Amino acid sequence: MAACTVPRLTQQESGMGTWTWFHKWGSPKWFYDISGRWMPWLFGLSALLFVYGLVQGLYISPPDYQQGHSVRIMYLHVPAAFLSMFIYVLMATASAVGYIWKMKFAPALAAAAAPIGACFTFLALFTGSVWGKPTWNTWWVWDARITSELILLFLYFGFMALRHAFDDIQTGDRAAGVLAMVGVINVPIIHFSVDWWYTLHQGATISRLSKPTIDSEMLIALLVMIVAHFLLFFGLLFRRARNEVLWRERQASWVRELVK
Amino acid sequence: MSSEFNSFAEFLAMGTHGFYVWLAYGVGLLVFLFLLLEPGWRRRQLRSRLQAFYRREQLDAQADAAARQPKASLE
Repeated sequence: MAACTVPRLTQQESGMGTWTWFHKWGSPKWFYDISGRWMPWLFGLSALLFVYGLVQGLYISPPDYQQGHSVRIMYLHVPAAFLSMFIYVLMATASAVGYIWKMKFAPALAAAAAPIGACFTFLALFTGSVWGKPTWNTWWVWDARITSELILLFLYFGFMALRHAFDDIQTGDRAAGVLAMVGVINVPIIHFSVDWWYTLHQGATISRLSKPTIDSEMLIALLVMIVAHFLLFFGLLFRRARNEVLWRERQASWVRELVK
Repeated sequence: MSSEFNSFAEFLAMGTHGFYVWLAYGVGLLVFLFLLLEPGWRRRQLRSRLQAFYRREQLDAQADAAARQPKASLE
């Protein structure tokens, strides 16, 4: 299929001001072109960082003095949990932009983000459960942090179900968009749950406000893995959003050209 | 390169936590594989869906034209 080739930007498109840039981002075709150029870099860089982060996290970094080697689950658990919240905020923001300014491309981005967010939320819950068994001697506990993260998973499921409940794409976008915007209140609840309630879950490991209370070898592994996950997420988001855009813009001539 | 492990067997054992660590990373790998491969399957599906859409569009246009033709010749 010709869709894999990336058309070059024209002279007019490459020299643009802020406003043109904003409008171009709303243009599905512009997104399709530029995302095709970014994806190999996002996936490539992410793969390199994953290799480094995994060696650092699984092999070089020391075990925790209390938890032993189970602490290595952190390098998967923390980035997944962090992304699960970040993706939700991104999805809610994109939904709001689509809802308020009727920007065509925004709901496509929200639609593409939802399944990825659900996967990372599941992974955060699963790795947390597997980490909890040797650490707290239980797979599951109805703790504020864990329960609010489970609610986040259901919010993602609700968003996807609502979007598919309507034949008309725009109606589905609007209905699911309202859920995404209302549900965003859950994100600060997840974040602050370990401070607001007495929980079994430990507090934040890295904070902007204080010196990290973590071994430097561990910190390197954690930060590298967070960046690796982030780059992977944007690669995956673009990959999905491109599919979404093609179907939504099926009437447009550039999509006809691509599919031919 | 300094490490906590003296042998590969020790690395696999992860102290006493081998099962938990490798279960977490194993499921992580499965989730990532799904996320990486699924859009490709969807892309192939989408291609045939789009082609079907354009074919139907063309057939509809032909049917419209055919329906208009006899009417014009009658007048």
